[in-house]
Order: sequence, then C-alpha cells, then structure tokens
Amino acid sequence: MVIVQNIVCPICGCACDDIEATVEGNKIVKVKNSCSISASKFLNFWKERNLSSLIRKNGELAPTSLEEAVEKTAEILVNAEYPLVYGFALSGCEAQAVGVELAEEIGGVIDNQTVTCHGPSALGLHDVGMPGCTLGEVRHRADLIVYWGSNFQEAHPRHLARYSALSEGRFRKGRKDRKVVVIDVRKTPSARVADLFIPIAPGQDYELMSALRMALNNDEIEEESVAGLPVDKIEELAEMLRSCQFGILFYGLGLTMSRGKERNIDQAVSLVCDLNKWTKFVIMPMRGHYNVTGMNEVTAWQTGYPYAVDFSHGYPWYNPGETTSIDILRRGECDAALIVASDPLAHFPKEVGQNLCKIPFAVIDPHMSMTALAADVVMPCAFTGIEAEGSAYRMDTVPLPLKKVIESPPGILSDEELVGMILKRVKSKRRR
Amino acid sequence: MKALLLTGRSLKQGIGKEVGKVTEKYKESVAMCEIHPKDVEELGIKDGENVSITTKFGSVVVKSVSSQNIAEPGIIFIPYGPYASMLVDYDTCSTGMPTLKGIVAEVKPAPSERILDVKELVKYLGR
Repeated sequence: MVIVQNIVCPICGCACDDIEATVEGNKIVKVKNSCSISASKFLNFWKERNLSSLIRKNGELAPTSLEEAVEKTAEILVNAEYPLVYGFALSGCEAQAVGVELAEEIGGVIDNQTVTCHGPSALGLHDVGMPGCTLGEVRHRADLIVYWGSNFQEAHPRHLARYSALSEGRFRKGRKDRKVVVIDVRKTPSARVADLFIPIAPGQDYELMSALRMALNNDEIEEESVAGLPVDKIEELAEMLRSCQFGILFYGLGLTMSRGKERNIDQAVSLVCDLNKWTKFVIMPMRGHYNVTGMNEVTAWQTGYPYAVDFSHGYPWYNPGETTSIDILRRGECDAALIVASDPLAHFPKEVGQNLCKIPFAVIDPHMSMTALAADVVMPCAFTGIEAEGSAYRMDTVPLPLKKVIESPPGILSDEELVGMILKRVKSKRRR
Repeated sequence: MKALLLTGRSLKQGIGKEVGKVTEKYKESVAMCEIHPKDVEELGIKDGENVSITTKFGSVVVKSVSSQNIAEPGIIFIPYGPYASMLVDYDTCSTGMPTLKGIVAEVKPAPSERILDVKELVKYLGR
C-alpha cells in the first residue's frame, strides 16, 4: 500500500492540491480531502472504460489497432479544408501545446470549452481589463466575498473552504471575519450558506449591476425596483460593497450564459473598478474544468489569443462569433474535427451537434461519451492527473503540477502522446 | 405551463459524469427538471413523473423533481448535459457563446412518455 500526497485534483478550476490517495496494486482504494465529485472520479474512473481504439465500419464502431486509428484520424484531418480541433480543458498544458501545433499544421481552428463557459469573460476582459488577484490573496485578506451567478457549492464544492469564507488566512481567520453575499436567480445550496442571499429576476443582471453603479456614484435610480430588488435594498448593498476592506466578486455562468453575455462581464468589471474609488475590490471568473484556464494560457502563448483561433489564413486569426466552434459548426463551414477530452455533443445546442454528426470526426477521451459514440474514430487515453503527469492552471492562473498516481492500463497512452502521433502522421502525409 | 428554462451544474451531475457518461447514474443526474412545488401542483403531476419540455429549439422528455432550489414559480432548471442541450438557443449573437439560460419553455405532463438514453439521442442527432 502506498499513500500519495499533495495530488492536484483534476476536476474543477479550484485544482485543490491537497488530495491524498491510497494505492493498492495500481488501484486507488481511498481518497482524502476530496469533494464528492473528486472522490467519484478517483474511485470510479476505471469503471465503464473503453480500452480499445474504435473505428466506424458499416455504420458501427468496431475495435481496431491504435495505428489504424491514428492513420484514419490523420487522413480525415489532412483531407479537410477547414478542420476543427476542439477540447483540451481536461488535458495537461503539454497536450494542449501539441494540439495548437496540430491545428496550425492542418490550417484549421483550435477552440476549447471556453466557448460555452467563460468566452464572454475573455471578451469582457478585452474591452475593459480585469482587476484580479490570486486565491491566496482572497484567503488572506478578503472580508467581503460576493458570488454572482455561481452555484459554487455544487460546481466548486471546496471553494468556500479552501479559498474564501471558511479558509484561515493571515489576516482573516475564518468565517466570522468575512461576509458572504450570493446573488442568483435560484435559491441554490450556495445561497443557503450566505449571510445575504439576493434573489434576482432571470436575465436582469446587467440592469442590477448598472443600478449598483448608480447607487455607488450617488445617482438617482428612477425606478422602484431593479431586477426584482427594491431600490433601498440596492443602496444597502452598494454601501456594503464599498465599506469592506478587501472585496472579491466571484462570478459564474449565470453572467456569461444569460442575456447580455460579454456585456454583463463588461458591467461587472466596471462595477469593481468603481468600487476601487472607495476600497480594494477584485473580480475573478469561477472557471469550470480544471485546466480550461491552462488552455487559454497555452493558446495565448502560442497564438496571441485565448480561444477560437483560426489558422486557415496561414496565420492566427481570432474573431469570436466568426471563428468560434459553435458558430463554425452551426453555419456548416467545418468539414472535419478532432475532439480531445471533451463531449461537445452533450453540451452544444442540438443544431450544432447535428452538424457535427454530418462530418467525419475523431475523439480522444479516456471514457466513452455521447460524442465518442457518434465518432468515426475513438482513441482511449490515460486520465491526466491520475495516470499521466502534466501541468494545469488553477482558476486564478496559478500553474500547478499534475501527478501520475498510478500506471495507465497496458497500451493506453496519454492524450499528449496520441495528439503527437497524429501530428507526426499528418506532417508525413502533407510532405508527400 | 409556460416557464423560463435555466441550465447549470448540479452536484449529482458532477458525480455522475465521473462515473461515466453513458451510465445510468449519469442519465439519472441529467435527465431531470427541477420545478417549483407550486408548479408541480399546477401541472397536476406527482413529483418524479415524466414531463415534456419544449422550446423554440427542441423538445425532450425528462423526470420532474419538485425543488425548493427554484426561487419562484415559472422557473425550471435542467442540469447541463444531453437533455438540456436539446432545448437551448444556438444563436451566439456573434459572441461565440450560445444562450444557455433564460429560454422560454412549455412544460407538459408526460407520464406515459419514455426518457431516451444517450445512444438514442446520438441516433436522433444523425448517427
């Protein structure tokens, strides 16, 4: 029996780095410090697993060799005019870097799960910047913590304990030294742990943030209520925000997925900028997948842009709305795809998924998924952070090392190796 | 009954997806719709009975769950996943981001209709 300590959790953007796993005979039999989602992964990841490469023949997926799967994938990508390489939010940075290189080689588009989570955050950041900090600073200093449109108790179960209200910092010792405000359209489990829960009308976040900015700047709000919140309550909230010593606004997909999208983020950042006239206030997106932030970082290092990068011109071109995977697929422009560590058929709107099903595509994923079931080629890979090493960026852009806790099954390679094999084969075919 | 559809994460969905995305546990966690208790009464259904949800973009049958998480009547919630994706708005308004929250929906009792599994949904999408 071996106990592996300080494992970085490969689940959500919290990337908790204190997971402890008990390993017996190359099997994880116990985990400590994990949330229920993390425990589910460490203890169940090996169940329901596909260990064979698959290729579609006569309409059905059938086992094949890895060599044939790589060959077929390379053929699909090389024969395409406008291929899409999508995913990587559950991969290490090393695999992501190879993915960007592959997209450049085939003159395609590289995009990731940001497109259906915090894409609008990137757009808001382009417009007005983003005053941020690390989660360590929040732990040490924050006395007011606002969660807006974020059900952190279910999406980031240890966020409250490790990084915000319940954490013990240098200057703030715990829950009694901090206030928590939750603003949401649902009374989620997160709302129940708040000192103040503010329920608001769906799709009216922009209006409420505008009203808060007006209240902060002593402008008259010529309404009785905004987003369902009476004006006197808005003024009370504005006073609470500006009278803290160190405030943080954590926001979730309630802002990015709702009406207003990137304008909501623009307004949220502007609210935080206004608050800095009175106090120290910062803002941070609650990133979902454990390394979606890393994919933005890696893509930006290599191309200058964080997602939705189009290489079809021979140089990186970035124009969300045009070069984003949802739009490319929706318009039927894309003619082949490689999907890595992602399940877009389960998460893209139906029309977009239907168009993906019309083109040839390959999937690299440790599990079978809805997307893998529909693919032309499936290549199983190791679970990064459990069976393969790598690097990941936490939601506050702090990089952390991912551990190899156990060996992957015989013949199962990492996604970095598999994408590398495809890249090599593509290069070889293009030189002919 | 008219309602406003919200989609999002849930703890059960998070746990279910890690067990496996073609497993019954995952299906149970995502093929469901949280409805305000008063709306469950208005629909005349028992908690747990199937309902059909229809939007401008599609229709799907899921299990109803009476939930206090819903702040007020007229709002429904389906976790991210294959079922919610059948109902959401593909239009990104040139931002790249589809609209996944705040979609007008019609909810109807569907006690005799069956919830499709992931393999059937793949066929429905065209494979």
